[in-house]
Amino acid sequence: MSFLTVAFAALFYAATLLLVVGLARRIRLYWKTPAPLKIPTTPAPTTTGGVVLRMFREVVFFESLFKGAKWTWLFGWIFHMALFAVLFRHLRYFQEPVWGIVSWTSPLIKKYLAFAMIIGLLGLLGRRIFVDRVRYISAPSDYLMLFLLLGIGTSGALTTFVAHTDVVAVKSFFRHLMTFNFETMPNLPSDPLMIVHLGLVALLMIIFPISKLLHALGVFFSPTRNQVDNPREQRHIVEWARKLEQ
Amino acid sequence: MAKAEFEIPELKEYPEIPPIQPGSMAHSKPFVAKNPEFMEPLGYPAELVDDWQEKAIEHMGDLLGKYRSLQVFLDACVKCGACTDKCHYYLGTQDPKNMPVARQDLLRKVYRRYFTFAGKYFPKLVGATDLTEEVLEDWYSYFHQCSQCRRCSVFCPYGIDTAEISMAAREIMDRIGLGQKYCNEIIGKVFKVGNNLGLPEPALADTLEGLEEDVLDDTGVEVKYPLDQKGAEILLVTPSADFFAEPHVDGLIGYGKVFHEAGVSWTLSSKASEAANFGMFIGSYENMRRISLRIREAALELGVKRIIFGECGHAWRVAYSFLNTLAGPFDFLDPKYPVPQHILEFTWGEIQKGTLKIDKSANDHMVVTFHDSCNVARATRMGDEPGGQFTIPRNVIKAVCNNFVDMDPDTIHEKTFCCGGGGGLLTDDLTELRVKGAKPRMEALKNVIEEHGVTNMAAICAICKSQFTKVLPYYGMGMDMIVSVHQLVSEAIVLTGQDTGDDDEQEDSTEDAA
Ligand code: SF4
Ligand code: SF4
Repeated sequence: MSFLTVAFAALFYAATLLLVVGLARRIRLYWKTPAPLKIPTTPAPTTTGGVVLRMFREVVFFESLFKGAKWTWLFGWIFHMALFAVLFRHLRYFQEPVWGIVSWTSPLIKKYLAFAMIIGLLGLLGRRIFVDRVRYISAPSDYLMLFLLLGIGTSGALTTFVAHTDVVAVKSFFRHLMTFNFETMPNLPSDPLMIVHLGLVALLMIIFPISKLLHALGVFFSPTRNQVDNPREQRHIVEWARKLEQ
Repeated sequence: MAKAEFEIPELKEYPEIPPIQPGSMAHSKPFVAKNPEFMEPLGYPAELVDDWQEKAIEHMGDLLGKYRSLQVFLDACVKCGACTDKCHYYLGTQDPKNMPVARQDLLRKVYRRYFTFAGKYFPKLVGATDLTEEVLEDWYSYFHQCSQCRRCSVFCPYGIDTAEISMAAREIMDRIGLGQKYCNEIIGKVFKVGNNLGLPEPALADTLEGLEEDVLDDTGVEVKYPLDQKGAEILLVTPSADFFAEPHVDGLIGYGKVFHEAGVSWTLSSKASEAANFGMFIGSYENMRRISLRIREAALELGVKRIIFGECGHAWRVAYSFLNTLAGPFDFLDPKYPVPQHILEFTWGEIQKGTLKIDKSANDHMVVTFHDSCNVARATRMGDEPGGQFTIPRNVIKAVCNNFVDMDPDTIHEKTFCCGGGGGLLTDDLTELRVKGAKPRMEALKNVIEEHGVTNMAAICAICKSQFTKVLPYYGMGMDMIVSVHQLVSEAIVLTGQDTGDDDEQEDSTEDAA
C-alpha cells in the first residue's frame, strides 16, 4: 500500500470517529439540558403534530429565513438542497450493489447540482463581503467555512468534469475501509484533485461538531421552534425548578 | 447620564435599512444599582465582586446547564445576517452592536473562549475573546439596549431568540453585583409593598373609591371597583399604572364596566396589586417565581375561582406562558376556565354572548389603529387558536369602534415593532435609546395618519402606553393619541340603567354601524 493510501485510511477513520463521537456528545448535551420555560415563538402550533409540521417547514423550506432575508434564503436554500442531492448521489461510492433509487438519478443532473452548489456558496460569500451589516458580524472562520465548502465543491466537480479520476479505485478504497478489509485494499489514485477533495471533506467532518455547522443539530433542539404552545393546559416544569418548590 | 442633545431620527415614507455606525450608542447605559437596598432583597451582591471574571464565567456555566435555549443558541448561529436589520434599536440607532446577532456575539465570544474547543485554541479564528473590563462594559451597555421583544427570533432560521441571551447576560451581571437600578428597584418595591409603584393598600383603596365616584358621576350607575373582597369569583391582576396614570386608568374603568355588565363578582388584591413581573427582564427564574407566587397566595386567600390579567404585555407573557410553571398547579380554581385569562378574552367572550350593550358611535370621533405589543404577539396567545392574540384585540376594537385601520403589515402581528421601552428600559436614563428605538413604530404610525387620517393608537400594554406617551411628542405627535383598548370599550359600553338621555340611540347606532 502506498503511503498516501495508509494516510488517508487513517485520516478517514479518525474523521469519522470525531464526527460521530462529537455529534453524539452534542446531542446528549442538548438532550440533557432542560428547557425550564415555555418559550415558543408565537403564533405557535398547539399540538405535537403541528410542531412536527412547523419543524418540517423550517428544515425543508427554511421558512423563517424566507421571511427574514430573501437573497440569503435563495442562495442558502439552493446550496443546501444541491448539497443534499449531491450527498445522496455520493452514496453510490459506498454501496455495493448500489440501491436502485441512488443509481436512477441521472448523471446529467449532477452537472447542474455542482453548479447550483457553487452558485449558492458564491452568493452567500458575496453577501458576507458586500453587505456592511453581514461583513461586520463575520469572523475569519465564517469566510473559511465558505472557502472550505467551495473547495470541496469545485474540486469534486473538476474530478468528474475535467480530469476524470479512477472512481472505481476510489470506491473500492472506501468499500475496503468500511469493511475493515486491508489485505486486498487497492491504492488510492494519487490524483491531486481527488486528494484535495477527500482531504477537505475529512477536514469538514472533523470540524463539524466543533463549529457553527452545529446549526444542523441546533434547529431540531431550538425551544422557540420545537415547543408546543400549551402552557395553560399542561404544567411544564423541569427537575431543577421543581427543587425550588421544596 | 447624557442629558445631552441627540438627534431625533427622521421618519421616512418607506422604511429603509440604514448603514452601520459603529459605537454610536456605546455611551448609552442605565444607572447602576449602587445602593445595596436595590440588590440584596433580590439575592445579589451589592457591588461588583472582586473576582467578577471568574464568577461571571462560573455563572455562565451554571446557566448553560440550566437553559437549553442558551446552550443551543450560542452554538447554532451561522452569522447568516437575516436578523441584522430586524431590531428597532439597530434601525433607530445604526449601532451595529444593536444588530441581534452582534448583541448575541458579545456573550458568544466569551462563551466560545471559555467553553468551546475552537475558542480555547483558536480564539482569533472564531472571534473568541477573554472576559475583559471592556467586554463587561459592552455587556452592560448593549444588553440594556435590548427590549427582549423577540422580533429577531421570528426571522432566524434556528429561532435564536436574542431576548434569551440578554436575559442570561443580565442575570450573570446581577450575580456579580452589576445590576440595573431601574429594574431591581422596582422588584424590590414589589417584594416590599406589592406593586411596582410602591402604592400601599390605603392609597389603593382610596384610588378605587375615587374611580367608583367618577363612574357614578359620569353614568349614574354604581359600578364597583372592589379590593380584597373574599369570595369574589374573579381575581383581577393588572399593572399598577392602571390605578392612576392616563390612559391606563381609563382601561381599568373599562374592565370594571365589563365585569359589571357581565354580572360577575370580581376583586383586586392589595397583595398582588401588580401584574408586571420584572423578574423576567433580569432573567431571574427565582425572582420571577417569587413575584408570581404572590398571585397564587392572593388567589388562595381570597378564595377566587378564576384569575384574569389586565392589559400588560410582558405580564401577559409571564402569566400565559410561565405562571402555571412558576406558581402552579392551579387545581384549586374552576377548571372550566383557562388559568389565567386575559381581560380581552373575557370581554370578547361577553361581546359574543351579547351581554354588553354597545354604542359604537361613542368612538366615532376617532380613527383607531392597533399596536401589537411584542410580548403578547410573539410570546403568548389569546383564545384557542394560534394567532388569537392578533384577532381578539382587533375584534374587540372593531366591536366598539366604527373606524379601524391596520398599520403596514410588516409592522404588525408577529412582525410588530417594539414600542422602544420594553424589557426594563422604560427609564429616563435611557431616553435617547427609547426615542430612537421607537422610530420604526413611529414611521408606520405616521404613514397611517397621513394616508387614513388615523387619530389614535390603541395598545394593550402598560409599558407601551407609558413609552408612547413619552416619545410621541419627540416625533411631533400628540401624547394623548394613545388609548387603552378597554378605554374604547369603556366609552362605547352602555351600562344597564345608564342615563343616556336617549334610550333608543344605541339600538339605532348599532345598526348604522354595520
Ligand atoms: S438570523 Fe439567526 S443564524 Fe442568522 S445571524 Fe441572526 S441569529 Fe445568527
Ligand atoms: S429581542 Fe428585540 S430588542 Fe432584543 S435584539 Fe431582538 S429585536 Fe432587538
